[in-house]
Amino acid sequence: MNRQALGYVVGAYEHPLRAAPDTSVAQLHAEVALGALADAGLTKDDVDGFFCGPDAPGTGPLSLADYMNLNLRHVDTTNTSGSSYLIHVAHACQAIAAGKCNVALITLAGRPRQEGKSKGALKRADNPNQPDFEWEHPFGIQILGVYAMVAQRHRHLFGTTAEQMAWVKVAASHHAQHNPNAMLRDVVTVEDVVNSPLVADPLHRLDCCVVTDGGGALVVAREEIARSLRRPLVKVIGCGEAPVGQNGGYMEITNSGAQKSGATAYEQARVTAADIRYASIYDSFTITEMIQIEDLGFCEKGKIGRFVDDGALISGQGRLAVNTDGGGLCNNHPVNRGGMTKALEAVRQIRGEAHPAVQVPDCDLAIANAIGGQLGVRHASSTIILERG
Amino acid sequence: MDGYINPDPTPGPETQAFWDAAREGRFLVKTCTACDRAHWYPRNICPFCSSSDTVWKDASGRGTIYSFSPLRRMPKPYIIAYVTLEEGPTMMTNIVDADPADLSIGMPVQLKFSRTESDFRVPTFTLSAGPATA
Repeated sequence: MNRQALGYVVGAYEHPLRAAPDTSVAQLHAEVALGALADAGLTKDDVDGFFCGPDAPGTGPLSLADYMNLNLRHVDTTNTSGSSYLIHVAHACQAIAAGKCNVALITLAGRPRQEGKSKGALKRADNPNQPDFEWEHPFGIQILGVYAMVAQRHRHLFGTTAEQMAWVKVAASHHAQHNPNAMLRDVVTVEDVVNSPLVADPLHRLDCCVVTDGGGALVVAREEIARSLRRPLVKVIGCGEAPVGQNGGYMEITNSGAQKSGATAYEQARVTAADIRYASIYDSFTITEMIQIEDLGFCEKGKIGRFVDDGALISGQGRLAVNTDGGGLCNNHPVNRGGMTKALEAVRQIRGEAHPAVQVPDCDLAIANAIGGQLGVRHASSTIILERG
Repeated sequence: MDGYINPDPTPGPETQAFWDAAREGRFLVKTCTACDRAHWYPRNICPFCSSSDTVWKDASGRGTIYSFSPLRRMPKPYIIAYVTLEEGPTMMTNIVDADPADLSIGMPVQLKFSRTESDFRVPTFTLSAGPATA
């Protein structure tokens, strides 16, 4: 089916490092930018739009654009934490359609391991002027704790078990064994996960993602440029974004913004979950991925435990291949933000350039979804749907 | 789960009255007089109807556990929780004086203020005496 393209992803690059003691944050940004441009067959002089998040040091895009010596006519620094980079893809398509730029560069990079920011175990470093701060900080809020409360409530409402959650990690590890750059390449079992230390009930240590240095970049371009390059065409055909708050204290923390961002993206792309061949789903914790798979309509709400059982997310053997790079649980989670790496593996799958052991045959339709902020407190979900051109 | 000291709140012009009342042992919840609905966290402008006719009301201090998790690997472990107040909204808090093994979602809890690093009082909860009703 020839669906309308909103824009084309022409370049994608994931930094091979997972620890970067000898590389500055600015250099990491430049390396991923140049990697994605080289992948596309473009140079920095082709870039006229630059998109980045708060991991870019300096005032918005200014310092990095200057460091890379870019000549720009459009910038966008939308920040919804880890979901920013999928929103950047959507906004790049919008800017291109509006004639504001032709070649949009999106970068993410950083070195949390060098800066001692193993984020899940630390208090959030938020701004005391944000109105929610004084109602959460005094109770020792941290990312691990709020996701644990989401998992606890999902277990209470739907009977989801520790073993079912563990299957998400098991599937990620099966994929990561084929990724030479993955931080954790050992295959693990359900028993390994549920026997790892309980860190915040019901989450075990192996329910939690890795912390990595590094980053990634994407290049989005208009159709004429995409068709002039010698790369498989990757069309963006649907996008959605959905910030979710607490509704004045009347919320359900087992629901995510993926319900809305997914529906928006499906409607724009004119596809349903049943059409999707591959899914990149943000996996800060096993429960994060499970909630999004439900909310994107791959299974009925509350039924994710049975959906993921028995290796259902393992490429080649399960019903839905998810995070074939090993995901944030095993491969990479640069700067504690998930959206970029989710887009990168979806692009590889559409191009047929994933590792042969995990490549989905004839993968013509893929979805990438990310959560920024925290489920259970306030977050933004972003969705993109990609199709082979 | 003993020995944890709560971090200090950061009172501002919109919230000073809450923390002043807490020092006197009173737990206040903001309610809108235009739409008659309580909300959390407290704000001057109602998040439902946008009216600025919001008032502080003394809350019962009774609620039920919405969710919880013991943070076991912290230097001083503690239990983070959401509690749904009798007045309606759900708030982030801690469950204190409890063994996590005794807790489950839906259990009734009762307000018990905890002291912070700089001797503020923050609203935390403990299991209600008597049989669970939820």
